[in-house]
Amino acid sequence: MGIFQNLSERIANVFEKMKNKGRLTELEIKQAMREIRIALLEADVNYAVVKSFIQSVSEKALHEEILKSLTPAQQVVKIVNEELTDLMGTKNAKLAVASNPPTIIMMCGLQGAGKTTMCGKLAGMLKKQGKNVLLCACDIYRPAAITQLQVVGKKAGVEVFEKGQIAPVKIAKEAIKYANKNAFDTVIVDTAGRLHIDEQLMDELVELKKELKPHEILLVVDSMTGQDAVTVADTFNKTLDITGVVLTKLDGDTRGGAALSIRAVTSKPIKFSGIGEKLEDIEAFHPDRMASRILGMGDVLTLIEKAESAFNEEDAKNLQKKLKQNSFTLEDYLEQLENMKKMGNLSNVLNMIPGMSNKLKGVDTEVDEKKIKHTKAIIQSMTVKERRNPDIIKASQRKRIAKGSGTSIQEVNQLLKQFEMSKTMMSRMAKNKGKLPF
Amino acid sequence: MGFFAKISSGLKKTKEAIKRRLFEAFSMKELDDEFFDELEEALITADVGIDATETLLERLRDEIYENRITKPDDARELFKKILIESIDFEIEDFSYPLVILLSGVNGVGKTTAIGKLANMFKLQGKSVVVAAADTFRAAASEQLEVWGERAGVRVVHHGEGSDPAAVVFDAIASAKARGTDVVLIDTAGRLHNKKNLMEELKKICRVVARELPDADFRKYIVLDATTGQNAVSQAEVFSEDIDVDGIILTKLDGTAKGGVVIAIAEQLSLPVLYVGVGEKIDDLIPFDANDFIDVLLDEE
Repeated sequence: MGIFQNLSERIANVFEKMKNKGRLTELEIKQAMREIRIALLEADVNYAVVKSFIQSVSEKALHEEILKSLTPAQQVVKIVNEELTDLMGTKNAKLAVASNPPTIIMMCGLQGAGKTTMCGKLAGMLKKQGKNVLLCACDIYRPAAITQLQVVGKKAGVEVFEKGQIAPVKIAKEAIKYANKNAFDTVIVDTAGRLHIDEQLMDELVELKKELKPHEILLVVDSMTGQDAVTVADTFNKTLDITGVVLTKLDGDTRGGAALSIRAVTSKPIKFSGIGEKLEDIEAFHPDRMASRILGMGDVLTLIEKAESAFNEEDAKNLQKKLKQNSFTLEDYLEQLENMKKMGNLSNVLNMIPGMSNKLKGVDTEVDEKKIKHTKAIIQSMTVKERRNPDIIKASQRKRIAKGSGTSIQEVNQLLKQFEMSKTMMSRMAKNKGKLPF
Repeated sequence: MGFFAKISSGLKKTKEAIKRRLFEAFSMKELDDEFFDELEEALITADVGIDATETLLERLRDEIYENRITKPDDARELFKKILIESIDFEIEDFSYPLVILLSGVNGVGKTTAIGKLANMFKLQGKSVVVAAADTFRAAASEQLEVWGERAGVRVVHHGEGSDPAAVVFDAIASAKARGTDVVLIDTAGRLHNKKNLMEELKKICRVVARELPDADFRKYIVLDATTGQNAVSQAEVFSEDIDVDGIILTKLDGTAKGGVVIAIAEQLSLPVLYVGVGEKIDDLIPFDANDFIDVLLDEE
């Protein structure tokens, strides 16, 4: 973990302090606002955006009714949450679909934002939705950019249109012709990374836009971007009138304040986010969920949605029953691990659980494939009786299990501890039905 | 005025007028809160970060007091001095054979920096071999090949998905056999919170230490100047894992100031060694603290 606490933790701490008190004074609200200001600045939210945000939250928070309210902390949380959600946009924005196909999507952004990777992810996602996607390689500058697009295209099972290093406008023109002839209904155009102040290259995008008449112009932005995010987004938006934003690298420990800033300065929706290195690591961006995630209230909705696609209903019902009866065993745990794998990166999943990012501080949340394999081996080296009732596993059994699975006693101990932790966590969630802690 | 309109007018003011406002701050009549607020805004907008900004301003207040300074104009040089001191480090000269490893998160410009470094050493009359140890990203080694051609240096690579440590081993073997002066190692971008990838990086370092124990081995982290406070976390974690010697700051040709390196210098004492200022092969220049601060404060 970084030196700083992350935004959610920080704001959660402020309200933790406030929650313990009955009424708030004006001074206390000011202190809370100061903490929120620092947290937002540490999260790279733009200085000017923070200023307006704090101003508008303070005004509402200092309202007479809140000061008199018996639950002022909750009221302030509500206001901060509402304002954040407001700032992020209110509902999930979907991709435009052309009434007369193909739908043309143009990607643009700075160097290294992750455009080519995102092209592949988007293509993969749309293909899963039944679209017939063509990728078009218009980055003629970066060495091997075309090869990279071909590799990601192959992974996504999507055709890549390229014409080598000729003018991007020409390539795009031919790609559309090709798409029409071969009944592609979606064309994703990868463009070269460029600086927003490079007039010549920005002009090239304007030309491309004129030629392609894209239905979507998506600005790809690294979620780790600092204060300059506003300048970049503002310039791209003014030059191209973008239709939306894609946030990449959200799987790091970044606090992602850039999302807030970009939204504020362009008022264009954030449509997708990249959350990992694999092709399927893309998800629709939900502003309301992101706001509560920033506030440390967890991203329960995304979690539920993911779980629904990974488990079938019957499994889920069985699991819930077991959790309620507290009869969750290591056998079930093993099954869960397999299911979790289907849900994608485990630490992402854990971070979506309310309060987890706080509680997991210092706990190793990164479960890699190898570890899951070890876990499987350990559980499989137990007797059925042991799996159903891990309490009976004593020192000598642990030694045997370690030997049998080719692991160490420490690893066996760790697993048993982890199992206990998950058990309590899950039963708590089952009781709360995923309700937020506030 | 709506929320968005309010913000965007605020931003325009910030961007356009930082230079003027700083100038005004320093020509104000009094060293009051407003004066310090202006400085705070300038530093935070340059990505210096709230913690380092507060530390620097505290230092300025102390020196203003100690030196009995009463006019903002006199505080100007003092402030610049404080900023420069915060990032000015003594750097030990290279000795040969030299191994330089570049690490960093995805998309910061490692491969491009390798190409530029190769060119730089080549121009100094050194022989260079590059290890394409980014075996993960699609077409990374092809990209490096192109840079290798441009700089006129050999590139050792294996197929996509092969063991990066093995690539490094081969590059070093080749360097030993031919008496090459400089081995440059390009690694795959990795988010610093991915443990298994960090282990892979450690393994590469072990291979270098074992195969070339007497070489001058430098480990640099490449940071994107556009990155905000997360760069501190990147530098911290990479330092913990592979004991980083310094920073290469890329993409300084945009509008981002890269002020986060001040925060990193404050907290981790890591020097910046080179800055990337463009896409051409000679667009990598040695870091100069004076110039950097001038640009940061918009005082070219």
